[in-house]
Amino acid sequence: MREISTELITRTVRDLCIQAACDLPKDVEELLQKALEKETSQFGKYSLDKILKNVTLSREEQAPMCQDTGMTVIFVEVGQEVHIVGENLTEAINEGVRQGYTEGYLRKSVVEDPVFHRNNTGDNTPAVIHTEIVPGDQIRIQVLPKGAGSENMGALKMCKPAEGLEGIKEFVIKTITEAGGNPCPPVIVGIGIGGTIDKCTLLAKKALTRKAGEPHPNPEYAKLEQELLEEINKLGIGPQGFGGQVTALAVHIETYPTHIAMMPVCVTLNCHAARHKEAIL
Amino acid sequence: MAAIKKITTPLTYDQVKGLKAGDQVTITGVIFTARDAAHKILVENLKAGNSLPVDFKDQIIYYAGPTPAKPGKVIGSCGPTTSSRMDAYTPTLLGQGLRGMIGKGPRSKEVIESMKNNGAVYFAAIGGAAALIANSIKKVEIVAYPELGPEAIRRMEVVDYPCIVAIDAEGNNLYELGVKQHRAAD
Repeated sequence: MREISTELITRTVRDLCIQAACDLPKDVEELLQKALEKETSQFGKYSLDKILKNVTLSREEQAPMCQDTGMTVIFVEVGQEVHIVGENLTEAINEGVRQGYTEGYLRKSVVEDPVFHRNNTGDNTPAVIHTEIVPGDQIRIQVLPKGAGSENMGALKMCKPAEGLEGIKEFVIKTITEAGGNPCPPVIVGIGIGGTIDKCTLLAKKALTRKAGEPHPNPEYAKLEQELLEEINKLGIGPQGFGGQVTALAVHIETYPTHIAMMPVCVTLNCHAARHKEAIL
Repeated sequence: MAAIKKITTPLTYDQVKGLKAGDQVTITGVIFTARDAAHKILVENLKAGNSLPVDFKDQIIYYAGPTPAKPGKVIGSCGPTTSSRMDAYTPTLLGQGLRGMIGKGPRSKEVIESMKNNGAVYFAAIGGAAALIANSIKKVEIVAYPELGPEAIRRMEVVDYPCIVAIDAEGNNLYELGVKQHRAAD
């Protein structure tokens, strides 16, 4: 049984929070660069140029690329042959968030109660933590700071099986159309299909952790991703919603078996600052 | 792209009249940040008959909540937040003489009507480009609601803050015009 200390987990989460805020992954940056080459609209090009300059500047200065350093979504895959030594895992992860957001000068955006007491917790905790037990003797930690501008534009629909592929496409396009310029396009679209209402939303979020633009391993879903990307980019929303050819950089679908009577679909959007960092312990 | 228009605050109606949707502008002078929680308190205060902590006549509100400043810096990263969340409160503030707003994303019909009636303009900054934008912010002080943390009202002195006129005082709307122009034919 391999032992991993919660101290190491805390330190890792701390570092990932800071890195994620200031250093856009290269895969996303490359898609933005390609978007600039493709975009023909005046304001679209203007926006992409500023976005790319901002990516470089934030990396150089270790400054957050967006002031909304998000609610911290954390995926933890724990190998079943790992023994976690120390304190409570959830507390260790939240301590990492606390240290990262404080020591990294990141914005604290979490309120303690969604309705009655919207007081800022002051350290961006608690994070939204998804833990999964997997084979092996490692722990994989992925940190996705999720900004509210794009998150607010997500949607879920319990599609009927009879709605089929067309129903899915229609719902995705409707969601992106209604979102317009709000989620800071060009966006990365995460889509979950199948499972139950909870599983489906989790799949959509998990889809955002995939390397940007990497197609689904199943050719049928890879084709659907490509078709949706083309349809979305025909909408004309463009970078920042000012009009243009590039509304989405990529569409990622994740699926799960479902019930005979169901076809849940969840769309979650990530802005152009599609931040995600991971470490394997 | 046409020449960049330079505007200075306070933003008078005469300056606003000369701005058209799609104009690229830079703003120099004082702007005030206010976002969700601050807007809610401001409007509640007005309803209760209280005066506001800032006189918004001919002023610009920037929908923004910055990251904390690192040592030696005046501010952290500071880009625009989604403006539509403020739509419910905006006509009330426009009624107080508010002349300009900076944010990102489209506005409601009610806000645009109120902008036309009050002679106000809506500027869009590039969402997410927060490190770049912060370079144009030279001085910052919290003037109200410090307990709101990132949502406190801040008075900022800016030099050549870059943005685009998204909706002008006649209601011309870059979000509609631009998208219509680039939507692929069915």
